[in-house]
Amino acid sequence: MTTVINRQRNGRSSFSQWANKHRKWVLAAPAMLFVALLIAFPVGWTLYLSFTDASGSVRAPADFIGLENYASVLTDTDRFWPAVGRTVLFTGGALLFEMILGMCIALLLWRPFRGEKWVRIAILLPLVATPVAVGMMWRLIFDPQMGFANQLLSWFGLPPQPWLSGQESALTTLIFVDIWQWTPMVVLILLAGLTSLSDEPDEASRVDGANAWQRFWYITFPLVMPTFITAILLRGIDALKTFDILYATKGKGGGSFNEVETLNVYAYGLSFDYNKYGQSSTVLILFFMMIIGCIWLLTARKKRSES
Amino acid sequence: MTTTIEELATPDVTPGPRSTPRPRRRKVASYSIFRVVMLTLVVLTFLAPLVWMVLASFKTNVDIYNPAAALVFTPTLGNYETVFGQANYLQYIFNSFWIGFASTVLSLVLGLPAAYSMSRFVMKKSAGLVLMARVIPGVSLLVPWYFIFSNLKLVGGYEVLILSHMFVALPLIVFIMMSFFDSLPVELEEQAQVDGLTPIGAFLRIALPLSVPGVATAGILSFIFSWNNFMFALVLSGSKTKTLPVAIFDFVAYASIDWGGLMAAAVVITVPIMVIALFTQKYIVSGLTAGATKG
Repeated sequence: MTTVINRQRNGRSSFSQWANKHRKWVLAAPAMLFVALLIAFPVGWTLYLSFTDASGSVRAPADFIGLENYASVLTDTDRFWPAVGRTVLFTGGALLFEMILGMCIALLLWRPFRGEKWVRIAILLPLVATPVAVGMMWRLIFDPQMGFANQLLSWFGLPPQPWLSGQESALTTLIFVDIWQWTPMVVLILLAGLTSLSDEPDEASRVDGANAWQRFWYITFPLVMPTFITAILLRGIDALKTFDILYATKGKGGGSFNEVETLNVYAYGLSFDYNKYGQSSTVLILFFMMIIGCIWLLTARKKRSES
Repeated sequence: MTTTIEELATPDVTPGPRSTPRPRRRKVASYSIFRVVMLTLVVLTFLAPLVWMVLASFKTNVDIYNPAAALVFTPTLGNYETVFGQANYLQYIFNSFWIGFASTVLSLVLGLPAAYSMSRFVMKKSAGLVLMARVIPGVSLLVPWYFIFSNLKLVGGYEVLILSHMFVALPLIVFIMMSFFDSLPVELEEQAQVDGLTPIGAFLRIALPLSVPGVATAGILSFIFSWNNFMFALVLSGSKTKTLPVAIFDFVAYASIDWGGLMAAAVVITVPIMVIALFTQKYIVSGLTAGATKG
């Protein structure tokens, strides 16, 4: 036995010895290098571009103009600030309903029941469906003339709505689409949190005579709070960056009146419709800082709820 | 992560026996009825739009405009003939599939060792760097990529699309696999090293084979995310390398929308993913919720 091991040890090349000694970095380096080349470097470049007047052709030389882009973007009440407002409104609105509905559905699914499997599949389908195709599907359903949505309203004697084509109603309708597609994500995360809870606190409060609402509000909800905040975090980041359904339903620039133009759609348009790379980079850097700020606030809150 | 290897190896959707039967029978019965009604409503809300989409894909454009033909109509395959004939969807299906497959496999090759190393050596900062990729808005990468790749004359090729989709896949795989390796007992690898394997050998021959359920989870999700990805292909693909979510815009690019064709295209894009989801439900759920309950 020992001879076998010895022979194996001697047979090992010096490369193998080196690789095993430094395995921490040998294993991690390729992925880290990829991330650095394709992610960190582009982000650095975006930061650099945000201080230049790069525009037009990608080969055109760009001049360093300092904070000029920041000054012009931050004072732009025509496109930038409305886009910030819409981003906040879209994310806030979608998140609020997704968390409340997600919690309700997760509680409904919590305890085992017959047919559970089928309900879970139904919940999973919107989540995996391609967002662009989902956008097209809702476009048909919300069509003011022939869409099913207005047909449904007429059955209840309600007047038809313009939905996606209305200047006021488009963003609200898209919030609804986002809720339809992503509430399942919240359900799955919260359900994972709920099923990992111990039964004891719930049982104890039941013995003490707490009713269903009290048991939820004073026992279950505080216990599931860290998962709840994780769900807000994951869902919120994605909601801030929503692009596909907005582009699929309203096209470039968030519709002809920019009625659904969020920061992401605005930055995309600046880059690839107007070729104003410098200005678009400025918007992106500000957007990125906004996302980081939200994450920082939420993780601070999460730490507090855990302690 | 609370899921153990055993649970992932033989995934089980039911949370297990939990509540003891309650003494208050009538209350329990009324809750069951309420629950059934609410769950039916939930299922209907999530499924009805999808059913509507599938129905419309089998209708002529005349029937789509006719409310009386909402549920009762003569089905036609005409829309699918347009999608696969004129619109050349077989090419786009191949593009989407190839880009999804290649970016997933390459990300697994890079991501598995990295996730293992980050889990075993507790590399919080490095992991944080990789996970930052989940936070960065895609557009902020697209601009520099577009600069670099158009100067290299690579825009429109498969290589660029595969690389860009790896940007989504790699952090996802590292994230899922890190929590998976965290739950894998380190004693097995230590035992293997006592028996003569090198540490890297222990990773390749012991840890990896035990991680098949985790790899399946990460791989399936990364493929789905690539298949659904729209923005990168919108900028970086050419007319020959278009993926499905970009190709669907061919049906709305004209003055009037071919609703039947559009819905058939939407069905062609979403149904393969939904079928995959039906059969791999447990993996998808465990991947989407990976690390969510860890704190």
